[in-house]
Amino acid sequence: MTKEKLKKTMDVIGWPRLIVCLFFAAIVLTAYINGIDVASYFSSTLKYWGMWGILVLAMVPSIKCGIGPNFGVSLGIVCGLLGTLLAIEFNIAPRVNAAMPGAGPWMAMLFAIAVSIAVAWIVGIGYGKLLNMVKGSEMTVTTYVGYSVIYLMCIVWFRAPFSSGEIIWPLGGAGVRNPVSLESSFAYLLNDFLGFNLGPVYIPTGIILCVLLVCLVVHFYFRSKTGIAITASGANPTFARASGIDVNKMRIKGITLSTVLGAVGIVVYTQGFGYLQAYSAPLTMGFLCVASVLIGGATTTKATITHVIIGTFLYQGLVIFTPPVSNELLAGTDISDTMRQIIQNGVILYALAKAKGGSSNE
Amino acid sequence: MDKEYVLNMEDISKEYFGNKVLKGVQLKVRPGEIHALMGENGAGKSTLMNILFGMPVIHNTGGYGGSIEFDGEKVTIDSPNKAMQLGIGMVHQEFMLIPGFTVTENVKLGREITTPTVASSLLGKSLERLDKPAMADDTRKALDTIGLNIEDYAMVAGMPVGYMQFIEIAREIDKTGIKLLIFDEPTAVLTESEADRLLDTMRVIASKGIAIIFITHRINEVIAVTNSMTILRDGTFVSRLETKDTTAAKIAELMIGRKVEKLVDNMGQDNRGIRDDDVLLTLKNFYVDMPGERVRGVDLNLRRGEILGIGGLAGQGKVGIPNGILGLYPSSGEVEFDGQKIDPSKLGDALKKGIAFVSEDRRGVGLLLGKSIQQNIIFTAMQIQGKFLRKFGPITQFNGKAAKQHALEMIKALDIRCTGPEQYAGRLSGGNQQKVCLARAITMEPKLLIVSEPTRGIDIGAKKLVLELLAKMNREQGMTIIMVSSELNELRSLCDRIAIVSDGKLTGIFGPDASDADYGLAMSGVVEGGKDHD
Repeated sequence: MTKEKLKKTMDVIGWPRLIVCLFFAAIVLTAYINGIDVASYFSSTLKYWGMWGILVLAMVPSIKCGIGPNFGVSLGIVCGLLGTLLAIEFNIAPRVNAAMPGAGPWMAMLFAIAVSIAVAWIVGIGYGKLLNMVKGSEMTVTTYVGYSVIYLMCIVWFRAPFSSGEIIWPLGGAGVRNPVSLESSFAYLLNDFLGFNLGPVYIPTGIILCVLLVCLVVHFYFRSKTGIAITASGANPTFARASGIDVNKMRIKGITLSTVLGAVGIVVYTQGFGYLQAYSAPLTMGFLCVASVLIGGATTTKATITHVIIGTFLYQGLVIFTPPVSNELLAGTDISDTMRQIIQNGVILYALAKAKGGSSNE
Repeated sequence: MDKEYVLNMEDISKEYFGNKVLKGVQLKVRPGEIHALMGENGAGKSTLMNILFGMPVIHNTGGYGGSIEFDGEKVTIDSPNKAMQLGIGMVHQEFMLIPGFTVTENVKLGREITTPTVASSLLGKSLERLDKPAMADDTRKALDTIGLNIEDYAMVAGMPVGYMQFIEIAREIDKTGIKLLIFDEPTAVLTESEADRLLDTMRVIASKGIAIIFITHRINEVIAVTNSMTILRDGTFVSRLETKDTTAAKIAELMIGRKVEKLVDNMGQDNRGIRDDDVLLTLKNFYVDMPGERVRGVDLNLRRGEILGIGGLAGQGKVGIPNGILGLYPSSGEVEFDGQKIDPSKLGDALKKGIAFVSEDRRGVGLLLGKSIQQNIIFTAMQIQGKFLRKFGPITQFNGKAAKQHALEMIKALDIRCTGPEQYAGRLSGGNQQKVCLARAITMEPKLLIVSEPTRGIDIGAKKLVLELLAKMNREQGMTIIMVSSELNELRSLCDRIAIVSDGKLTGIFGPDASDADYGLAMSGVVEGGKDHD
C-alpha cells in the first residue's frame, strides 16, 4: 500500500527532477558549510535564470504541438543574433539617445526584438513545413537542423557586409567579430532595470519581470482557440482532425512560436551577457534548453510553463554552484563542466529512453 | 486417439487480464479439407490462431486453457518455432517479405540449402555456401504448384500486392512436412481475379492433403471453396457446419446471432412527422477510401427526423460512410446536406454545416485521454462554432467558467459517473467515456448526429443507457440520427430503417421487423448487388 503510494508520488515528481533537486540541495549545503559566499552565487543563479528563461520557454510550444523538444532552437537563436546585430549596425541606441536621452537602449532592444521576431516567424514556417515532412523522427531532424544552421551561419557571419565599427573585425573588412560588445546598445539593460539588493542577494527585477511577462503571454496564447487547438493536435492528432483541425498547420504554428521565442530569448540573453557571440557559440544551447525543461519535470510529450520556471532554476543553479564547490573539495581539478555535461545529456537520454517506453521487449 | 482430425482443439479458453475472450471453444480440422473460421471482429478468431501458432502474446499473459491434439498427438505449442516443427504454417495478413530479396531468397529464408566449404569446416555451419540452383529449383516447384508465373530470381520490391501474397504461400508450401496452413484474411487485399486465383490455389494445396484454415469475412468465398466451417461469436463456439448442408443466409445468421432481448424499454412518445420528401442528407455515388472499410458507390437518402441504422459485417464499409462524410478519409461522390453541398475534402466542412460525429474508435479518435472531461466535451464546439470563448478583438480566450458550467450540466444530463469535470477522460470506464463523446457531439447542437459503434466495448447496463439517450434525443429534440453498428439487435431496437452494407455497397434497406434471413442474405452480399453489381 505504502509502496503503491510511494510509486505514485515518484511518478508525479519524476526521477530526474528528484535526483537533480537532491544533488542541488547537497551542493548548496556543501557550499554553505565550506564558507562559500552562497548569497552572491544565488544572485548569479537568479540572473542566469532570467537570461535562459525565454530560451527554455521555447520548448513548450514545440512539445505541446506534438513535435517534441526543439533541439533546433538555434534556428531562432541565429534570427535573434541577426536582429541584435542590425540594431547595432543601424546605430539605433546612439541615434535615439541624441533625440531622447535614456530611451536609446530601450529602442535598440525593441528594434532587435522586432526584427528577430519578423525573421524568426518566416524561418519558423519553413522549419515547420520541413518537420511535417519527417513525422516520427522530429527529434533527430531538429538536432541536425540546429547543427547545420549554426555552421551555415558561420559562413554568413564571416562574410556579412556589416559596416559598423563595433561589429566588423578590428582590422577592418567585413564580417562579424567575436564577441561583439553591446556596451553602446543595450548591455545589462534588463538586468539593471529596477534591480535592488535584498540583504546580500541582488534581485534583477527587470529580467525577472521580462521572463514572467513572456511566460504570461505564452500562457494566454495557449488558452486561446488556436492555442487549445495546438495542444489537442499534439496530444491526439486524429482527435484533432475529427474536430476539423488542420494538424499540420497547428504544428507549424507551434514550431514557429518556438522559433520566435528562441529569437527573443537570445536577445534577452545577450543583453544579460553584455556581449554577443556569433559563430559556433550557440551550438549546444538547444541541448541545454531541452535538459532544463526536462529537469523541470517535462517529458517529450508534455510540458508546462511551470516546468520551464523550475527547470531553468535548477539547471542554472547547478551550473553556477558546482564550480566553487568542486574547487573547494577537489582542489586543482575542474570537474564542474563534466558534471554539467553528465547531467544535461543524462537527463535528455533518460527522457528519450522513457518516451518510447515498453518497446524494449520486442 | 482419434485420427480423423489433423487438428483437434478442445475447450480452449483464454483471458486477458480478467477479460474472457475465449470461452470453451473447439476447432476440428480434417486432413486435406478447407475449413473456414468465421466470426465478427472480436469474436476470438485471432486469439484462437495465436494460441495455435504459439505466439508469445498468449504465453506472456498467462497461457490458455484446454487441449490441442495435432496429428493424433497431444501437444503443447509454446512458441511459433514449435508450431512450425509440427507442420503448421501461416500466411500472414501483412506480408512478411523482405523487399530487397529475390523470390527465391524470400521463399528459402532461414531454410537455405547449403554446401560445405573450407571455412565452414573450420568455423561452423553458418559459413557454408548457398546452393543457389537447388534453392531456385525448390522455389520453382513451389511457384508452379500454386500456378504463379514469375521468375524465381525476380526482386520482391515493386511487385503487385497479389504476387506477394502468393510468394508467402509458396514459402509455406515449400516447407517439408507442412500439414496445416492458416490463411488469415488473405483475400482482403486482393483484386477480384487475384482472389479467385487464390481460391483455386487453396483447392490445389488441399488436394495434396494439406489442411487449410481459412479466416475470412466473405461468405461467398466460404461457400465457394470450403468443406466445413467453425463459427465463433463473442468468444464462444456457435457451430461446426459442413458447407454443403448450409446456405449463405444461415451462416450470416449464425455469425450475427439472434438475440431477442429488447435493448430499449421506453422509446418515448413518437410524434415526429417523418416525410419521404423531407430529405436531410443525400449521398450520391459515394466512395470512401478508408483502409479496411472501403465504400464503393453508395446512394442513400436520409429523412429529417428519423433514426437510420447502417449495419453489416466488419470490414464491409459501413464505418467508412461516416468517416468519409466527415472528411477523415478521402472520398468522392456527392454529399448534400440540408440543401447545401458538403465538401468532404475540406476538413471540418461537415462539422460547420451541422453534422456531429461520434467515432467508433473511442480511445483513438474520440477522446483526449490525457485531458479533462470538460476539455473533451467543449472542444469541438469551441473550435468549430467559437463557443466557450471570450473575444477581445482578434484575441480569443478560453472561458473556463462557461465551459465548467456546461460540463456540469452534461455530466448531470447524461449521468456521467466521474469525480468532476476536471477528471481525465482516460480514467473513466468505457461507458462513461462514450457518454463524454456523446456530450461533445450534443454540445454542437447538430442537425444530424452520426454515431458509429456507440456501444462497442461497454457493458450491457451502459449500453442500454446510451441507446435510450439516443432515443430520447431523437424523440424529444427531433434530432436526426445515423447509427452505425455491427450489432444488428441494437439497430433493430432503435432504428426506423436499417441499411445493410456489404462489400462497400448498399445491399438493402429494411424495417426493424424484417426477417433474420433477409438481413443475413443482405449482409453476405448475395442479394441485389454484391459482386455482379460492378
